[in-house]
Amino acid sequence: MAPRRIGLEALSDGLPIPKYTTQPGSAEEFRARQLKARDMLRGDIEGAEFERYVEESVGLTTLDKALNWARSQTVFPMTFGLACCAIEMMSIVNARYDIARFGSEAFRASPRQADLLILSGRVSIKMAPVIRRIYDQMLEPKWVIAMGACSSSGGVFSNYAVVQGADKFLPIDVHVPGCPPRPEALMYGLIKLQRKIKGNPDDGWRVRYGAHGTEEYPYGIAGAPADVDLEKLIAERKKQLGNGRPVGSILAESETAGGRGA
Amino acid sequence: MPDAPGLELVANAVREKISPDAVIATSYYREQACLEVAPEHVIPVLEFLKTDPDQGYTFLASVHGCDYLPEAPRLGVHYELLNMKKVERLRVKIRLDVDAPNVKTAVHLFPTADFQEREVYDFFGVIFEGHPDLRRILMPEDYQGHPQRRDFPLGGEPVIFTHNEPESPGWYE
Repeated sequence: MAPRRIGLEALSDGLPIPKYTTQPGSAEEFRARQLKARDMLRGDIEGAEFERYVEESVGLTTLDKALNWARSQTVFPMTFGLACCAIEMMSIVNARYDIARFGSEAFRASPRQADLLILSGRVSIKMAPVIRRIYDQMLEPKWVIAMGACSSSGGVFSNYAVVQGADKFLPIDVHVPGCPPRPEALMYGLIKLQRKIKGNPDDGWRVRYGAHGTEEYPYGIAGAPADVDLEKLIAERKKQLGNGRPVGSILAESETAGGRGA
Repeated sequence: MPDAPGLELVANAVREKISPDAVIATSYYREQACLEVAPEHVIPVLEFLKTDPDQGYTFLASVHGCDYLPEAPRLGVHYELLNMKKVERLRVKIRLDVDAPNVKTAVHLFPTADFQEREVYDFFGVIFEGHPDLRRILMPEDYQGHPQRRDFPLGGEPVIFTHNEPESPGWYE
């Protein structure tokens, strides 16, 4: 039996070209683009259709989109375990679950190099300031997954020692239910997070918490607020260099002085 | 473990060497020997049990607190002693009033009592006089109250389920 050549059918207008109505990064969209890319590499797409393919896949891809895609596929988690969920978190790295398939196998031992904080276990009130400090030390853009019932809501530890939900002291992007969650569940949480990053990195907590102006972007990086005049900010910053002020406060001031906040 | 007559021998030795009213009660229950002593005599009793060659309880396995809420005096401190040669264990128990939970420290006899007494202070509020560094060990330093006392509120928060959501309208805002 000869192998099916879907590409030939597409060439003869037999196969409808799927429209990208689904969420960016979804499985259907990914599959459709995969098939088209295969057809293109085989040389099955020619002429006007080839032009359209190039336009769709390259021309319309903005820099932000490419950046968000790159970010979503290189989410480096922080090497940070809190309790029993950490055992499940560790097991997603091994060969059976292999989170390297999603670009997150590189657990970073320094918060300066990590993008993702996985709260794997109960958060005691003594640990909460430490976690907040680690979160503050991470560079933008950064994300947090609350893994398991305890870090999401306190879980079974409804007592004096445990914080009843870690979103009391830091913004959480994805909650993974379970006690503890299976490694598959954590991987699903990570894929959810990747979709969120691909769609809009600001989606979620900054809007929810009204936290605009607290971003800590290095100068000149794509993703910084577009209507901030970086040249002017750099000039101001050079004036204030002796004061040791953080970048976030300067951005916040420029917003209140007639930026996008006004 | 000293048996019941052995426990009475220990109690009599304590009465003889320390003070006639040092031992308040003895109990032998489920093969556990327990010597309840008056709080003001507990340090001489521990010293006697440690240094006397006939006793030889040289190892303090644990110090822990207890709260007997309906009873008075409310608080208790237990010293778990171990004779490493005969492998015999003895519990020395004191009871303290909750309004003045003061007792002398045992750190100079057993250095391990340092952290153990800090834990008892942290969770039950027992003041160990003469302790070199009596501050909280497990709870944060700015924590209020002593959480293992039985009149301490459980804490936590009501969990919002669908069945009790109407009791706290607008919780999601």
